Amino acid sequence: MEKHAFFGNKLLPYLLLVPQLAITLVFFYWPASQAVRQSFLREDAFGLSSEFVGLENYQALFAQPEYYKTMATTVVFSSLVAALSLAIALLFATQADKNLKAAPVFKVMMIWPYAVAPAVAGVLWLFMFHPTLGTLARPMRLMGFNWNPLLSGSHAMALVVMAAVWKQIAYNFLFFLAGLQSIPRSVLEAGAIDGAGPLRRFWTITFPLLSPTTFFLLVVNVVYVFFDTFGIIDAVTSGGPAGSTTTMVYKVYADGRLGGDLGGSAAQSVVLMAIVIAMTAIQFRYVERKVQY
Amino acid sequence: MVEHRRWNDIVAYGILTLGVFLVVFPVYIAVIASTHDAATVVNGNMPMWPGGHALENYTRAIFVGGARASREPVGHMLVNSFISATGIALGKIFISILSAYAVVYFRFPLRQTAFWIIFITLMLPVEVRIYPTYKVIADLHMLDSYGGLILPLIASATGTLLFRQFFMTVPDELLEASRIDGAGPYRFFKDTLLPLSVTTMAALFVIQFIYGWNQYLWPLLITTQDSMQTIVTGIKKMLTTTDELAEWQLAMATAVLAMLPPVAVVILMQRLFVRGMIETEK
Repeated sequence: MEKHAFFGNKLLPYLLLVPQLAITLVFFYWPASQAVRQSFLREDAFGLSSEFVGLENYQALFAQPEYYKTMATTVVFSSLVAALSLAIALLFATQADKNLKAAPVFKVMMIWPYAVAPAVAGVLWLFMFHPTLGTLARPMRLMGFNWNPLLSGSHAMALVVMAAVWKQIAYNFLFFLAGLQSIPRSVLEAGAIDGAGPLRRFWTITFPLLSPTTFFLLVVNVVYVFFDTFGIIDAVTSGGPAGSTTTMVYKVYADGRLGGDLGGSAAQSVVLMAIVIAMTAIQFRYVERKVQY
Repeated sequence: MVEHRRWNDIVAYGILTLGVFLVVFPVYIAVIASTHDAATVVNGNMPMWPGGHALENYTRAIFVGGARASREPVGHMLVNSFISATGIALGKIFISILSAYAVVYFRFPLRQTAFWIIFITLMLPVEVRIYPTYKVIADLHMLDSYGGLILPLIASATGTLLFRQFFMTVPDELLEASRIDGAGPYRFFKDTLLPLSVTTMAALFVIQFIYGWNQYLWPLLITTQDSMQTIVTGIKKMLTTTDELAEWQLAMATAVLAMLPPVAVVILMQRLFVRGMIETEK
């Protein structure tokens, strides 16, 4: 897509680009290249000198059993959050897509949690499920369930998953609803005339036609779980207990800050960058296809 | 819907009401907790209806701050959040509308290169390059400053892509007409393009304001003084003491205050919000 009418100035376009390019170079390319450079260096204990160590930081990283545990945690966490928040949001979106009088009200009521900061969402859920003072932890204990997310890794994981899902439903709901509303009514009417009930119409017409939206959301959700949930994890569990909720991004943060292992932290950053670039590439291949659809 | 069945509507209302309940409940609990005194909240038997300490909790949170871990009044944190969120939103709009104008309305060597340099920033959120970016900010002496809170977060391509997409839909005839009227690039931008872009700018502002307000990891790293922290990072600090001592009623009042501005933006400017969401993701 190109404009056919344009200005011929020689200098002006560069001046217009200066602010964005300057900020991008200073705060994006420079740090990103530093991360790559640092991942090949080792600093001495005082940070005074550093030597080139080749792939040693990467070898050390992939020799750590903890790193695989972190990867597994990230995979479990992302799949649970993505699957649950997509399924729940799709259920609500299909209901809100029906011709209800109160549909606009329900729509607002469903989308506002998007605006709640992940860290705040984490604090809300921690408060509800806090082992000693949580409003919902008490009934759980009365029912004989020994709930304690501060001690049990799986309880902690359940808690951060719930908080992350709660916050993500809004986003998925919004896009599912937009996707549902773009499905032509005539197709559904044709299905109805052929005698298909609502459930059958959903699985044979709506769901397949919605697949571009679903796939787009899947990618966005995985990226969300990777990065935006940092606040939730830090507020609720700080990666604990015993590292059971430490995701890959949380480990980059924790290793660089507490351990001061900048080379190792940088190597982790580079691995993460590679993963994100791969996911974005997948997303763009899909966007290409959407244009034809 | 295609056919109208009564039970179908009833099911829909039932499911949606359940959904709204799930969505609202955690916030309801937080609001309730912010109206009780410390003892009621901590004993684990808090009632489900508001208590009588709302005024006391909110005034203490806003003007005095917590007694233990963080002594910074929340009022000040709110100001910091407002400044950085507004700065991030306006900064992004400013740099991206200019660069999109350059990329769409001019032909010059390295145009595609410039576009790709900007475009690639979409891929890497600040979370993956936190320590090197921290070091840049430290070297520039921008720790504990608004510049440090704002500038690294406006380096992203979302806005440029959004404006580029919008400019592409502006008919070429408008540019030809203003050229016939003798308008140069500045006049065309100011008198034609800018007025047409108002809605796009507003939608981008809404999205970016929420994004900026909700930042957590970045402010956490680069603010060392309590006086520079934003409200979202401040809540956690109220709870870092041992659990028995944490002032949950104040933390919950702070959480409510932290949610209020962005949630109000979504509800009051729902149209712009939805538009901004859908457009920036294209």
